[in-house]
Amino acid sequence: MVQKRILVIEDEPNISEAIRFILTRNGWQVEVEADGLAALSRLRADPPDALILDLMLPDMDGFEVLRNLRADAPTRDLPVLMLTAKGQSADRDLAARLGVTRFMTKPFANAEVVSALQDMVGP
Amino acid sequence: MSRSALTGTRIRARRTLRGIRQTDLAREVGVSPSYLNLIEHNRRKVSAPLLGALAQALGVSSDALVEDSDARLVEGARAAALRSDTELGDLERIDDLIGRFPGWAKVLADTHARVEGLERVVEQLSDRMTHDPYLADALHEIISAVTSVQSTAAILNDDEALAPEWQDRFHRNILTDSGRLAEGAVALVNYIDNAKTGETGIASPQEEVEAWLAREMYHLPFIETASMDAAEAYLAGQVDLASSASRQLALAWLAQMQADARAIPHAALDAALGLHGVTPDLLAAEFGCDLDAVLRRLAHLPPDLAEAHGVPPLGLAICDMSGTLLFRRPVEGFAYPRFGGGCPLWPLYQALRQPHVPLRASLVTAGRMGRRFTAFAVARVSGPARMDLPPVLRATMLLVPQAEHSGDSAVLAVGASCRTCPQLECDARREPSILATGG
Repeated sequence: MVQKRILVIEDEPNISEAIRFILTRNGWQVEVEADGLAALSRLRADPPDALILDLMLPDMDGFEVLRNLRADAPTRDLPVLMLTAKGQSADRDLAARLGVTRFMTKPFANAEVVSALQDMVGP
Repeated sequence: MSRSALTGTRIRARRTLRGIRQTDLAREVGVSPSYLNLIEHNRRKVSAPLLGALAQALGVSSDALVEDSDARLVEGARAAALRSDTELGDLERIDDLIGRFPGWAKVLADTHARVEGLERVVEQLSDRMTHDPYLADALHEIISAVTSVQSTAAILNDDEALAPEWQDRFHRNILTDSGRLAEGAVALVNYIDNAKTGETGIASPQEEVEAWLAREMYHLPFIETASMDAAEAYLAGQVDLASSASRQLALAWLAQMQADARAIPHAALDAALGLHGVTPDLLAAEFGCDLDAVLRRLAHLPPDLAEAHGVPPLGLAICDMSGTLLFRRPVEGFAYPRFGGGCPLWPLYQALRQPHVPLRASLVTAGRMGRRFTAFAVARVSGPARMDLPPVLRATMLLVPQAEHSGDSAVLAVGASCRTCPQLECDARREPSILATGG
Protein backbone atom coordinates (compact mmCIF):
# COMPACT_ATOMS: atom_id res chain seq x y z
CA MET A 1 0.00 0.00 0.00
CA VAL A 2 1.30 3.44 -0.93
CA GLN A 3 2.01 5.62 2.06
CA LYS A 4 -0.17 8.73 2.31
CA ARG A 5 1.84 11.95 2.31
CA ILE A 6 1.01 14.68 4.80
CA LEU A 7 2.54 18.13 4.71
CA VAL A 8 2.69 20.00 8.02
CA ILE A 9 3.07 23.79 7.92
CA GLU A 10 3.94 24.79 11.46
CA ASP A 11 6.52 27.31 12.64
CA GLU A 12 6.87 25.93 16.17
CA PRO A 13 9.59 23.27 15.79
CA ASN A 14 8.65 21.25 18.87
CA ILE A 15 5.01 21.07 17.80
CA SER A 16 5.90 20.04 14.26
CA GLU A 17 8.30 17.44 15.62
CA ALA A 18 5.59 15.95 17.82
CA ILE A 19 3.11 15.93 14.93
CA ARG A 20 5.67 14.36 12.62
CA PHE A 21 6.32 11.62 15.16
CA ILE A 22 2.64 10.88 15.76
CA LEU A 23 1.76 10.72 12.09
CA THR A 24 4.83 8.72 11.14
CA ARG A 25 4.00 6.25 13.88
CA ASN A 26 0.58 5.88 12.29
CA GLY A 27 2.06 5.01 8.93
CA TRP A 28 1.96 8.31 7.11
CA GLN A 29 4.83 9.96 5.31
CA VAL A 30 5.32 13.40 6.81
CA GLU A 31 7.01 16.52 5.48
CA VAL A 32 7.35 19.76 7.41
CA GLU A 33 7.53 23.40 6.38
CA ALA A 34 7.82 26.33 8.79
CA ASP A 35 6.91 29.04 6.34
CA GLY A 36 3.66 29.50 4.41
CA LEU A 37 5.19 31.09 1.36
CA ALA A 38 7.81 28.37 0.88
CA ALA A 39 5.18 25.71 1.49
CA LEU A 40 2.94 27.07 -1.28
CA SER A 41 5.45 26.42 -4.05
CA ARG A 42 6.05 22.93 -2.68
CA LEU A 43 2.32 22.28 -2.55
CA ARG A 44 1.79 23.45 -6.10
CA ALA A 45 4.68 21.39 -7.44
CA ASP A 46 3.75 18.21 -5.67
CA PRO A 47 0.46 18.23 -3.74
CA PRO A 48 0.39 15.86 -0.73
CA ASP A 49 -2.64 13.79 0.28
CA ALA A 50 -3.47 16.21 3.10
CA LEU A 51 -2.21 19.34 4.73
CA ILE A 52 -1.95 20.31 8.39
CA LEU A 53 -1.86 24.08 8.42
CA ASP A 54 -1.06 26.36 11.35
CA LEU A 55 -2.87 29.68 11.31
CA MET A 56 -0.24 31.97 12.81
CA LEU A 57 2.73 31.77 10.47
CA PRO A 58 5.47 34.25 9.65
CA ASP A 59 5.19 36.18 6.34
CA MET A 60 1.98 34.54 5.12
CA ASP A 61 -0.66 33.37 7.58
CA GLY A 62 -2.70 30.20 7.29
CA PHE A 63 -5.74 31.99 5.87
CA GLU A 64 -3.68 33.36 3.01
CA VAL A 65 -2.14 29.96 2.32
CA LEU A 66 -5.62 28.44 2.26
CA ARG A 67 -6.94 31.16 -0.01
CA ASN A 68 -4.11 30.48 -2.47
CA LEU A 69 -4.63 26.73 -2.34
CA ARG A 70 -8.31 27.02 -3.15
CA ALA A 71 -7.55 29.29 -6.09
CA ASP A 72 -5.23 26.75 -7.73
CA ALA A 73 -6.64 23.75 -9.58
CA PRO A 74 -4.11 21.18 -8.28
CA THR A 75 -4.84 22.03 -4.65
CA ARG A 76 -8.46 23.14 -4.86
CA ASP A 77 -9.72 19.95 -3.23
CA LEU A 78 -6.74 19.23 -1.01
CA PRO A 79 -7.94 18.16 2.47
CA VAL A 80 -6.74 20.79 4.95
CA LEU A 81 -6.72 20.51 8.73
CA MET A 82 -6.20 23.94 10.23
CA LEU A 83 -4.66 24.20 13.68
CA THR A 84 -4.80 27.41 15.60
CA ALA A 85 -4.21 28.92 18.99
CA LYS A 86 -6.93 31.41 18.11
CA GLY A 87 -10.27 29.71 18.58
CA GLN A 88 -12.54 32.70 18.03
CA SER A 89 -15.66 32.04 16.06
CA ALA A 90 -14.65 34.71 13.57
CA ASP A 91 -11.51 32.73 12.69
CA ARG A 92 -13.47 29.52 12.47
CA ASP A 93 -16.03 31.19 10.20
CA LEU A 94 -13.38 32.66 7.95
CA ALA A 95 -11.60 29.32 7.68
CA ALA A 96 -14.92 27.68 6.73
CA ARG A 97 -15.62 30.32 4.09
CA LEU A 98 -12.17 29.77 2.64
CA GLY A 99 -12.85 26.06 2.34
CA VAL A 100 -11.04 24.44 5.24
CA THR A 101 -11.81 20.74 5.71
CA ARG A 102 -11.36 20.62 9.50
CA PHE A 103 -10.61 23.28 12.09
CA MET A 104 -8.96 22.36 15.37
CA THR A 105 -7.82 24.57 18.25
CA LYS A 106 -4.57 24.18 20.14
CA PRO A 107 -3.78 22.52 22.44
CA PHE A 108 -5.03 19.37 20.74
CA ALA A 109 -5.02 15.70 21.72
CA ASN A 110 -2.73 13.62 19.51
CA ALA A 111 -5.47 11.08 18.92
CA GLU A 112 -7.76 13.87 17.72
CA VAL A 113 -5.31 14.87 15.01
CA VAL A 114 -4.84 11.29 13.90
CA SER A 115 -8.57 10.71 13.86
CA ALA A 116 -9.22 13.89 11.87
CA LEU A 117 -6.64 12.91 9.28
CA GLN A 118 -8.05 9.40 9.00
CA ASP A 119 -11.45 10.92 8.31
CA MET A 120 -9.94 13.16 5.66
CA VAL A 121 -7.65 10.78 3.75
CA GLY A 122 -8.32 7.33 5.10
CA PRO A 123 -5.91 5.19 7.14
CA MET B 1 -35.22 64.80 44.23
CA SER B 2 -35.81 67.47 46.83
CA ARG B 3 -35.04 67.01 50.44
CA SER B 4 -38.63 67.69 51.50
CA ALA B 5 -39.93 65.01 49.18
CA LEU B 6 -37.74 62.48 50.86
CA THR B 7 -38.62 63.76 54.27
CA GLY B 8 -42.33 63.07 53.81
CA THR B 9 -41.66 59.48 52.88
CA ARG B 10 -39.37 59.06 55.83
CA ILE B 11 -41.91 60.51 58.23
CA ARG B 12 -44.51 58.05 57.00
CA ALA B 13 -42.07 55.15 57.21
CA ARG B 14 -41.08 56.06 60.80
CA ARG B 15 -44.70 56.50 61.80
CA THR B 16 -45.85 53.17 60.43
CA LEU B 17 -42.79 51.50 61.90
CA ARG B 18 -43.81 52.73 65.32
CA GLY B 19 -47.46 51.80 64.78
CA ILE B 20 -48.72 55.36 65.26
CA ARG B 21 -51.91 56.33 63.48
CA GLN B 22 -51.73 59.32 61.17
CA THR B 23 -54.55 61.03 63.08
CA ASP B 24 -52.75 60.58 66.39
CA LEU B 25 -49.46 61.94 65.11
CA ALA B 26 -51.22 64.89 63.47
CA ARG B 27 -52.93 65.73 66.73
CA GLU B 28 -49.68 65.45 68.67
CA VAL B 29 -47.82 67.89 66.42
CA GLY B 30 -50.77 70.23 66.01
CA VAL B 31 -51.71 69.84 62.34
CA SER B 32 -54.73 68.35 60.63
CA PRO B 33 -54.56 64.71 59.54
CA SER B 34 -55.14 65.74 55.93
CA TYR B 35 -52.19 68.14 56.04
CA LEU B 36 -49.95 65.44 57.52
CA ASN B 37 -51.18 63.14 54.78
CA LEU B 38 -50.06 65.64 52.16
CA ILE B 39 -46.67 65.94 53.84
CA GLU B 40 -46.25 62.19 54.01
CA HIS B 41 -47.02 61.93 50.31
CA ASN B 42 -44.43 64.57 49.61
CA ARG B 43 -46.94 67.13 48.42
CA ARG B 44 -46.20 69.73 51.07
CA LYS B 45 -42.92 71.01 52.43
CA VAL B 46 -42.22 70.63 56.13
CA SER B 47 -41.34 73.74 58.11
CA ALA B 48 -38.41 73.53 60.51
CA PRO B 49 -40.55 73.79 63.70
CA LEU B 50 -42.97 71.14 62.44
CA LEU B 51 -40.06 68.89 61.47
CA GLY B 52 -38.72 69.22 65.02
CA ALA B 53 -42.09 68.34 66.49
CA LEU B 54 -42.53 65.35 64.19
CA ALA B 55 -39.01 64.12 64.99
CA GLN B 56 -39.71 64.38 68.71
CA ALA B 57 -43.03 62.57 68.37
CA LEU B 58 -41.41 59.81 66.32
CA GLY B 59 -38.45 59.52 68.69
CA VAL B 60 -35.79 60.35 66.13
CA SER B 61 -33.56 63.31 65.44
CA SER B 62 -34.57 65.87 62.82
CA ASP B 63 -31.41 64.97 60.94
CA ALA B 64 -32.59 61.40 60.56
CA LEU B 65 -35.58 62.70 58.64
CA VAL B 66 -33.55 64.87 56.23
CA GLU B 67 -30.42 62.78 55.83
CA ASP B 68 -28.54 63.73 52.67
CA SER B 69 -27.27 60.23 52.05
CA ASP B 70 -30.78 59.32 50.95
CA ALA B 71 -30.37 61.53 47.90
CA ARG B 72 -27.55 59.28 46.76
CA LEU B 73 -29.72 56.26 47.42
CA VAL B 74 -32.50 57.73 45.31
CA GLU B 75 -30.12 58.47 42.46
CA GLY B 76 -28.61 54.99 42.65
CA ALA B 77 -31.98 53.24 42.80
CA ARG B 78 -33.37 55.43 40.04
CA ALA B 79 -30.34 54.70 37.88
CA ALA B 80 -30.82 50.99 38.42
CA ALA B 81 -34.50 51.27 37.49
CA LEU B 82 -33.84 53.32 34.37
CA ARG B 83 -31.35 50.87 32.93
CA SER B 84 -33.76 47.98 33.37
CA ASP B 85 -35.80 46.81 30.40
CA THR B 86 -38.77 46.38 32.70
CA GLU B 87 -41.44 49.05 32.45
CA LEU B 88 -41.73 50.56 35.90
CA GLY B 89 -45.04 52.35 36.16
CA ASP B 90 -44.39 53.19 39.78
CA LEU B 91 -40.98 54.75 39.36
CA GLU B 92 -42.24 57.90 41.04
CA ARG B 93 -42.75 55.83 44.18
CA ILE B 94 -39.03 55.45 44.58
CA ASP B 95 -39.32 57.62 47.70
CA ASP B 96 -41.45 54.91 49.27
CA LEU B 97 -38.75 52.38 48.54
CA ILE B 98 -36.05 54.53 50.15
CA GLY B 99 -38.19 55.46 53.11
CA ARG B 100 -39.51 52.00 53.88
CA PHE B 101 -36.65 49.78 52.78
CA PRO B 102 -33.44 51.82 52.94
CA GLY B 103 -31.36 48.66 53.24
CA TRP B 104 -32.79 47.13 50.08
CA ALA B 105 -32.50 50.44 48.28
CA LYS B 106 -28.83 50.54 49.19
CA VAL B 107 -28.37 47.00 47.89
CA LEU B 108 -30.05 48.06 44.63
CA ALA B 109 -27.94 51.21 44.31
CA ASP B 110 -24.71 49.39 45.22
CA THR B 111 -25.48 46.60 42.77
CA HIS B 112 -26.12 49.12 40.04
CA ALA B 113 -22.83 50.89 40.80
CA ARG B 114 -21.06 47.53 40.75
CA VAL B 115 -22.60 46.62 37.39
CA GLU B 116 -21.52 49.95 35.96
CA GLY B 117 -17.99 49.39 37.26
CA LEU B 118 -17.87 45.90 35.80
CA GLU B 119 -19.11 47.20 32.46
CA ARG B 120 -16.18 49.61 32.39
CA VAL B 121 -13.84 46.68 33.09
CA VAL B 122 -15.46 44.66 30.29
CA GLU B 123 -15.01 47.59 27.94
CA GLN B 124 -11.35 47.90 28.84
CA LEU B 125 -10.70 44.19 28.61
CA SER B 126 -12.54 43.90 25.33
CA ASP B 127 -10.56 46.83 24.01
CA ARG B 128 -7.38 45.20 25.19
CA MET B 129 -8.21 41.73 23.92
CA THR B 130 -9.05 43.16 20.53
CA HIS B 131 -6.18 45.52 20.07
CA ASP B 132 -3.41 44.79 22.50
CA PRO B 133 -0.58 43.24 20.51
CA TYR B 134 1.33 42.28 23.64
CA LEU B 135 -1.53 40.30 25.10
CA ALA B 136 -2.26 38.54 21.80
CA ASP B 137 1.40 37.55 21.40
CA ALA B 138 1.72 36.47 25.03
CA LEU B 139 -1.36 34.25 24.83
CA HIS B 140 -0.24 32.77 21.53
CA GLU B 141 3.16 31.97 23.00
CA ILE B 142 1.62 30.28 26.01
CA ILE B 143 -0.84 28.24 23.97
CA SER B 144 1.93 27.14 21.62
CA ALA B 145 4.09 26.00 24.54
CA VAL B 146 1.14 24.19 26.15
CA THR B 147 0.35 22.47 22.86
CA SER B 148 3.90 21.27 22.47
CA VAL B 149 4.16 20.07 26.08
CA GLN B 150 0.81 18.27 25.94
CA SER B 151 1.46 16.57 22.63
CA THR B 152 5.00 15.53 23.53
CA ALA B 153 4.06 14.34 27.00
CA ALA B 154 1.30 12.22 25.47
CA ILE B 155 3.82 10.58 23.13
CA LEU B 156 6.14 9.80 26.05
CA ASN B 157 3.27 8.42 28.05
CA ASP B 158 1.56 6.39 25.32
CA ASP B 159 4.53 4.91 23.50
CA GLU B 160 6.17 2.40 25.80
CA ALA B 161 8.50 1.19 23.07
CA LEU B 162 9.83 4.65 22.31
CA ALA B 163 13.50 4.52 21.29
CA PRO B 164 15.86 6.07 23.90
CA GLU B 165 17.07 8.76 21.47
CA TRP B 166 13.48 9.84 20.84
CA GLN B 167 12.80 9.80 24.56
CA ASP B 168 15.80 12.08 25.14
CA ARG B 169 14.72 14.35 22.37
CA PHE B 170 11.16 14.68 23.63
CA HIS B 171 12.30 15.18 27.21
CA ARG B 172 14.50 18.04 26.01
CA ASN B 173 11.58 19.52 24.10
CA ILE B 174 9.36 19.35 27.17
CA LEU B 175 12.06 20.98 29.26
CA THR B 176 12.43 23.81 26.74
CA ASP B 177 8.72 24.34 26.36
CA SER B 178 7.98 24.18 30.07
CA GLY B 179 10.59 26.92 30.54
CA ARG B 180 8.87 28.98 27.84
CA LEU B 181 5.56 28.33 29.49
CA ALA B 182 6.78 29.42 32.91
CA GLU B 183 8.32 32.62 31.54
CA GLY B 184 5.22 33.39 29.51
CA ALA B 185 2.92 32.78 32.46
CA VAL B 186 4.97 35.03 34.77
CA ALA B 187 5.06 37.80 32.17
CA LEU B 188 1.32 37.52 31.66
CA VAL B 189 0.57 37.56 35.39
CA ASN B 190 2.75 40.66 35.81
CA TYR B 191 0.97 42.30 32.94
CA ILE B 192 -2.47 41.53 34.36
CA ASP B 193 -1.33 42.61 37.84
CA ASN B 194 -0.56 46.01 36.37
CA ALA B 195 -4.15 46.14 35.18
CA LYS B 196 -5.39 45.28 38.67
CA THR B 197 -3.52 48.19 40.16
CA GLY B 198 -5.41 50.49 37.85
CA GLU B 199 -2.65 51.11 35.37
CA THR B 200 -4.44 48.97 32.78
CA GLY B 201 -1.13 47.54 31.65
CA ILE B 202 1.16 50.30 30.52
CA ALA B 203 2.31 49.44 27.05
CA SER B 204 3.25 52.62 25.24
CA PRO B 205 5.28 55.76 25.89
CA GLN B 206 2.08 57.78 25.68
CA GLU B 207 0.55 55.72 28.45
CA GLU B 208 3.66 56.14 30.57
CA VAL B 209 3.33 59.90 30.20
CA GLU B 210 -0.36 59.76 31.07
CA ALA B 211 0.34 57.62 34.15
CA TRP B 212 3.01 60.07 35.26
CA LEU B 213 0.71 63.07 34.82
CA ALA B 214 -2.10 61.27 36.63
CA ARG B 215 0.22 60.63 39.57
CA GLU B 216 1.10 64.34 39.55
CA MET B 217 -2.64 65.13 39.50
CA TYR B 218 -2.06 66.95 36.19
CA HIS B 219 -0.44 69.77 38.06
CA LEU B 220 3.28 70.53 37.89
CA PRO B 221 3.86 73.86 39.64
CA PHE B 222 7.62 73.87 39.01
CA ILE B 223 7.14 74.18 35.26
CA GLU B 224 5.76 77.68 35.70
CA THR B 225 9.28 78.96 36.36
CA ALA B 226 11.81 76.15 35.86
CA SER B 227 14.25 75.98 32.96
CA MET B 228 13.91 73.14 30.49
CA ASP B 229 17.26 71.77 31.71
CA ALA B 230 15.79 71.51 35.18
CA ALA B 231 12.68 69.91 33.70
CA GLU B 232 14.80 67.31 31.91
CA ALA B 233 16.67 66.51 35.12
CA TYR B 234 13.36 66.17 36.94
CA LEU B 235 12.01 63.78 34.32
CA ALA B 236 15.08 61.55 34.57
CA GLY B 237 14.05 60.71 38.13
CA GLN B 238 10.44 59.81 37.38
CA VAL B 239 9.80 56.10 37.83
CA ASP B 240 6.68 56.15 35.67
CA LEU B 241 8.71 57.32 32.70
CA ALA B 242 10.69 54.14 32.19
CA SER B 243 11.48 54.47 28.50
CA SER B 244 13.49 57.18 26.80
CA ALA B 245 10.59 57.59 24.36
CA SER B 246 8.23 58.42 27.22
CA ARG B 247 10.72 60.92 28.65
CA GLN B 248 10.97 62.61 25.26
CA LEU B 249 7.19 62.86 25.07
CA ALA B 250 7.04 64.15 28.64
CA LEU B 251 9.69 66.77 27.91
CA ALA B 252 7.75 67.96 24.87
CA TRP B 253 4.64 68.11 27.04
CA LEU B 254 6.46 70.12 29.70
CA ALA B 255 7.74 72.54 27.05
CA GLN B 256 4.18 72.97 25.86
CA MET B 257 2.93 73.53 29.40
CA GLN B 258 5.64 76.07 30.03
CA ALA B 259 4.71 77.96 26.86
CA ASP B 260 1.08 77.85 27.99
CA ALA B 261 2.10 79.12 31.43
CA ARG B 262 3.89 82.10 29.89
CA ALA B 263 0.92 82.92 27.70
CA ILE B 264 -1.59 82.49 30.55
CA PRO B 265 -0.02 83.09 33.98
CA HIS B 266 -2.01 81.69 36.87
CA ALA B 267 -2.44 85.04 38.61
CA ALA B 268 -3.97 86.57 35.49
CA LEU B 269 -6.01 83.43 34.84
CA ASP B 270 -7.40 83.70 38.36
CA ALA B 271 -8.70 87.17 37.59
CA ALA B 272 -9.95 86.22 34.14
CA LEU B 273 -11.82 83.18 35.45
CA GLY B 274 -13.51 85.45 37.95
CA LEU B 275 -14.60 87.65 35.10
CA HIS B 276 -15.50 85.13 32.40
CA GLY B 277 -15.73 81.72 34.07
CA VAL B 278 -14.88 78.67 31.96
CA THR B 279 -15.51 80.31 28.60
CA PRO B 280 -12.42 79.44 26.57
CA ASP B 281 -13.02 81.83 23.68
CA LEU B 282 -13.31 84.85 25.99
CA LEU B 283 -10.24 83.74 27.90
CA ALA B 284 -8.28 83.33 24.66
CA ALA B 285 -9.33 86.83 23.61
CA GLU B 286 -8.36 88.19 27.01
CA PHE B 287 -4.88 86.69 26.82
CA GLY B 288 -4.43 87.12 23.08
CA CYS B 289 -3.40 83.50 22.73
CA ASP B 290 -4.51 80.43 20.81
CA LEU B 291 -7.66 78.74 21.99
CA ASP B 292 -5.95 75.36 22.35
CA ALA B 293 -3.54 76.89 24.87
CA VAL B 294 -6.52 77.94 26.98
CA LEU B 295 -8.04 74.47 26.73
CA ARG B 296 -4.80 72.86 27.89
CA ARG B 297 -4.35 75.41 30.66
CA LEU B 298 -7.86 74.88 31.96
CA ALA B 299 -7.33 71.12 32.00
CA HIS B 300 -4.27 71.63 34.22
CA LEU B 301 -5.61 74.13 36.74
CA PRO B 302 -3.96 74.02 40.16
CA PRO B 303 -6.36 72.59 42.75
CA ASP B 304 -6.68 75.85 44.69
CA LEU B 305 -7.54 77.83 41.58
CA ALA B 306 -10.05 75.20 40.44
CA GLU B 307 -11.68 75.17 43.84
CA ALA B 308 -11.81 78.95 44.09
CA HIS B 309 -13.75 79.14 40.83
CA GLY B 310 -15.81 76.00 41.31
CA VAL B 311 -14.22 74.29 38.32
CA PRO B 312 -14.59 70.51 38.50
CA PRO B 313 -11.89 68.21 37.09
CA LEU B 314 -11.96 68.61 33.31
CA GLY B 315 -11.15 66.16 30.55
CA LEU B 316 -8.78 66.86 27.70
CA ALA B 317 -8.21 64.97 24.46
CA ILE B 318 -5.75 65.82 21.73
CA CYS B 319 -5.50 64.07 18.39
CA ASP B 320 -3.57 64.36 15.18
CA MET B 321 -4.95 64.36 11.64
CA SER B 322 -5.21 60.57 11.57
CA GLY B 323 -7.57 60.72 14.56
CA THR B 324 -5.02 59.02 16.79
CA LEU B 325 -5.34 60.24 20.35
CA LEU B 326 -2.09 61.82 21.44
CA PHE B 327 -3.22 62.79 24.91
CA ARG B 328 -6.10 61.81 27.16
CA ARG B 329 -6.84 63.41 30.47
CA PRO B 330 -9.64 61.31 31.93
CA VAL B 331 -12.75 62.85 33.38
CA GLU B 332 -15.33 60.86 35.30
CA GLY B 333 -18.10 59.59 33.06
CA PHE B 334 -16.32 60.00 29.73
CA ALA B 335 -14.35 57.03 28.45
CA TYR B 336 -11.53 57.20 25.94
CA PRO B 337 -10.52 54.15 23.95
CA ARG B 338 -7.14 52.77 24.90
CA PHE B 339 -6.28 51.95 21.32
CA GLY B 340 -7.25 53.51 18.02
CA GLY B 341 -9.54 56.47 17.43
CA GLY B 342 -12.53 57.49 19.47
CA CYS B 343 -16.12 58.18 18.50
CA PRO B 344 -16.22 59.90 15.08
CA LEU B 345 -18.94 62.21 16.41
CA TRP B 346 -16.66 63.86 18.97
CA PRO B 347 -16.23 67.58 18.32
CA LEU B 348 -12.51 66.80 18.49
CA TYR B 349 -12.78 65.22 15.05
CA GLN B 350 -15.29 67.74 13.74
CA ALA B 351 -12.73 70.43 14.53
CA LEU B 352 -10.26 68.86 12.13
CA ARG B 353 -12.64 69.67 9.27
CA GLN B 354 -12.61 73.37 10.11
CA PRO B 355 -9.16 74.34 11.38
CA HIS B 356 -9.03 77.41 13.64
CA VAL B 357 -12.83 77.46 14.01
CA PRO B 358 -13.76 77.04 17.68
CA LEU B 359 -16.53 74.55 18.32
CA ARG B 360 -18.80 74.18 21.28
CA ALA B 361 -21.18 71.26 21.72
CA SER B 362 -23.24 69.67 24.42
CA LEU B 363 -22.56 65.96 24.63
CA VAL B 364 -24.18 63.10 26.42
CA THR B 365 -22.40 59.82 26.68
CA ALA B 366 -24.39 57.06 24.99
CA GLY B 367 -26.39 54.74 27.20
CA ARG B 368 -29.27 55.12 29.55
CA MET B 369 -27.28 56.78 32.27
CA GLY B 370 -25.47 59.18 29.99
CA ARG B 371 -23.31 61.89 31.51
CA ARG B 372 -23.49 65.37 30.05
CA PHE B 373 -20.51 67.45 29.06
CA THR B 374 -19.85 70.70 27.31
CA ALA B 375 -17.10 70.14 24.78
CA PHE B 376 -14.90 72.94 23.47
CA ALA B 377 -12.76 71.96 20.52
CA VAL B 378 -10.43 73.57 18.05
CA ALA B 379 -7.90 72.35 15.49
CA ARG B 380 -4.78 74.28 14.68
CA VAL B 381 -1.84 73.92 12.33
CA SER B 382 1.03 72.44 14.26
CA GLY B 383 4.59 73.48 13.49
CA PRO B 384 5.88 75.96 10.94
CA ALA B 385 4.12 76.49 7.62
CA ARG B 386 5.76 74.63 4.72
CA MET B 387 5.28 75.53 1.09
CA ASP B 388 5.26 72.09 -0.43
CA LEU B 389 3.92 69.99 2.39
CA PRO B 390 0.37 69.59 3.63
CA PRO B 391 -0.33 71.40 6.91
CA VAL B 392 -0.14 69.24 9.99
CA LEU B 393 -3.19 69.71 12.17
CA ARG B 394 -3.69 68.94 15.79
CA ALA B 395 -7.11 69.10 17.46
CA THR B 396 -7.78 69.73 21.14
CA MET B 397 -11.02 69.13 23.03
CA LEU B 398 -11.82 70.20 26.58
CA LEU B 399 -14.63 68.37 28.37
CA VAL B 400 -16.50 70.24 31.08
CA PRO B 401 -18.99 68.17 33.10
CA GLN B 402 -22.45 69.71 33.00
CA ALA B 403 -24.80 70.00 35.91
CA GLU B 404 -27.30 67.19 35.78
CA HIS B 405 -30.18 69.30 34.58
CA SER B 406 -28.50 71.96 32.51
CA GLY B 407 -31.58 72.45 30.36
CA ASP B 408 -29.53 72.25 27.20
CA SER B 409 -31.77 70.46 24.72
CA ALA B 410 -29.39 70.24 21.74
CA VAL B 411 -27.30 67.37 22.99
CA LEU B 412 -25.20 65.08 20.84
CA ALA B 413 -24.97 61.47 22.00
CA VAL B 414 -21.45 60.15 21.67
CA GLY B 415 -19.58 57.01 22.68
CA ALA B 416 -16.02 56.09 23.50
CA SER B 417 -15.41 53.74 20.62
CA CYS B 418 -17.84 51.81 18.45
CA ARG B 419 -16.92 48.52 20.05
CA THR B 420 -18.12 49.57 23.46
CA CYS B 421 -20.85 52.02 22.46
CA PRO B 422 -24.45 50.99 23.21
CA GLN B 423 -25.89 53.43 20.66
CA LEU B 424 -26.66 50.88 17.98
CA GLU B 425 -28.38 53.11 15.43
CA CYS B 426 -25.53 55.40 14.45
CA ASP B 427 -24.40 56.41 11.00
CA ALA B 428 -20.86 56.78 12.27
CA ARG B 429 -20.65 53.20 13.53
CA ARG B 430 -17.65 51.38 12.08
CA GLU B 431 -18.00 48.02 13.83
CA PRO B 432 -20.64 46.18 15.86
CA SER B 433 -20.85 46.85 19.58
CA ILE B 434 -20.18 44.22 22.19
CA LEU B 435 -23.06 45.83 24.10
CA ALA B 436 -25.46 44.86 21.35
CA THR B 437 -28.30 44.13 23.73
CA GLY B 438 -28.03 47.55 25.29
CA GLY B 439 -27.88 48.35 28.99
